[in-house]
Amino acid sequence: MAMNKQMTDTIRRVLDDHARLPVDVDTLADDSDLYQAGMTSHASVNVMLALEDAFDVEFPDRLLQRSVFESVDAISSALTELEVRVAG
Amino acid sequence: MSSTLDSDQALLAAVRQIATEVAAPNADDVDRNARFPAETIDALRGQRALSAFLPTGLGGDDASFATIAHCCLELGRQCGASAMVFAMHQIQLITIARHLEPDSWFEQYLRTLAEEQRLIASVTSEVGTGGDMGRSIAALTPADDGSVSFEKQAPTVSYAAYADDLLTTVRRSPDAEPGDQRVVLSRKDQTELEQTGTWDVLGMRGTCSPAYTVRATVPGEQVLSTTFARVAAESMVPISHILWSHLWLGIAEDAFDRARAFVRAAAKRTPGQTPPAAYRLSHVMVELSLLRAEVDSALKEFIAASAEPGRQRLTTMAAVLRFNNLKLAVSEHAADVCRGALDVSGILGFKNDTPFSVGRHLRDTMSAELMVANTRIHETNAGLLLIAKEV
Repeated sequence: MAMNKQMTDTIRRVLDDHARLPVDVDTLADDSDLYQAGMTSHASVNVMLALEDAFDVEFPDRLLQRSVFESVDAISSALTELEVRVAG
Repeated sequence: MSSTLDSDQALLAAVRQIATEVAAPNADDVDRNARFPAETIDALRGQRALSAFLPTGLGGDDASFATIAHCCLELGRQCGASAMVFAMHQIQLITIARHLEPDSWFEQYLRTLAEEQRLIASVTSEVGTGGDMGRSIAALTPADDGSVSFEKQAPTVSYAAYADDLLTTVRRSPDAEPGDQRVVLSRKDQTELEQTGTWDVLGMRGTCSPAYTVRATVPGEQVLSTTFARVAAESMVPISHILWSHLWLGIAEDAFDRARAFVRAAAKRTPGQTPPAAYRLSHVMVELSLLRAEVDSALKEFIAASAEPGRQRLTTMAAVLRFNNLKLAVSEHAADVCRGALDVSGILGFKNDTPFSVGRHLRDTMSAELMVANTRIHETNAGLLLIAKEV
């Protein structure tokens, strides 16, 4: 559970830096639709790059689709699928 | 199974006949006068070609996507504008059919479309969005009676004045973000079209696509429930690129055929010698065959990906890149083939009234780079290349 919290915190930090949302990321729930909240396709690419960097992973092409990055929850489960371990 | 194939072949044969007997003899007049190819569209209506893709249960003929694509190519060989009108209608129709919910208003609409052979135009581009179809300024405003209204400034609406219905992209609500879009269908009698621009252009003149302010009020059920982001990724964008590519290829093939006819005529005048133009024709043929291969493989990949449950593959970045590449390659090279045909036939190709004329072909294919501007697509690809792995 604590690790999960750490993962979502990191995801939220990445979104805060790169998603260029017109609203504060903290106002969005984990299952809120990021695209509906204003994330553009262009910004989503930067989010993906920053996530790869933050979690030291590479998203394979099959995961590089819109729905995988549409919410904090969706990103968490993609990272979990890639067996990301959050240090600490 | 065999009856389906038979009916597909019958449709293709009928469209080919309309292309040669109706579209071809009118193509120069359509082009010169920038007029709508009404006789060709009416002939296609007569063959129920405007609804052929729909399942028989909705009044169609269950025609395959590949057959519709080949119909675009056949029309493109004879009249680029007729082919473009047909293709754009099919893009809207097939998109609606692929995202149809059972017992929805749209289901009944498609039955009516088949019955009346209604023609759909689209209003996707918008003034102020920099050519980005994935963003809208215009929004749906709901009213207490359940209806929704919108007003959209469109820089071009192809054949708007001749369409029976319009499919328009808008923001979901007045407070929705630019990318939170839906598509709404409005019948002509629900829509006010105020023409705000002219249509005197270099090519594809018969598509009659001036600027309009579009206003409509429709019942809420005429808004497709699926988000436009999904509709665009799974259907509208790849289908547009595939059907457009087929008709651009058709134009290029006819330009090549005209150049070849020129070379054959020259060869008959100098028996025993290969005319110099034949060597140039050989170069053009290489380009044309690459074009054919690209169009054919994209069609097959799309059909395969569409058959997968959930159509997930079409929403991947790899798929976006794949069909963007198709559009970029074909839009650039179709014009190159036409230019090459002109190099082969020289002044006789340059003149507008010889059997070897390719001026219309060249001008029509030059529009291809602008239909969703290639610079914008390259921009998108550049971003995706930063993250996509297998390209």
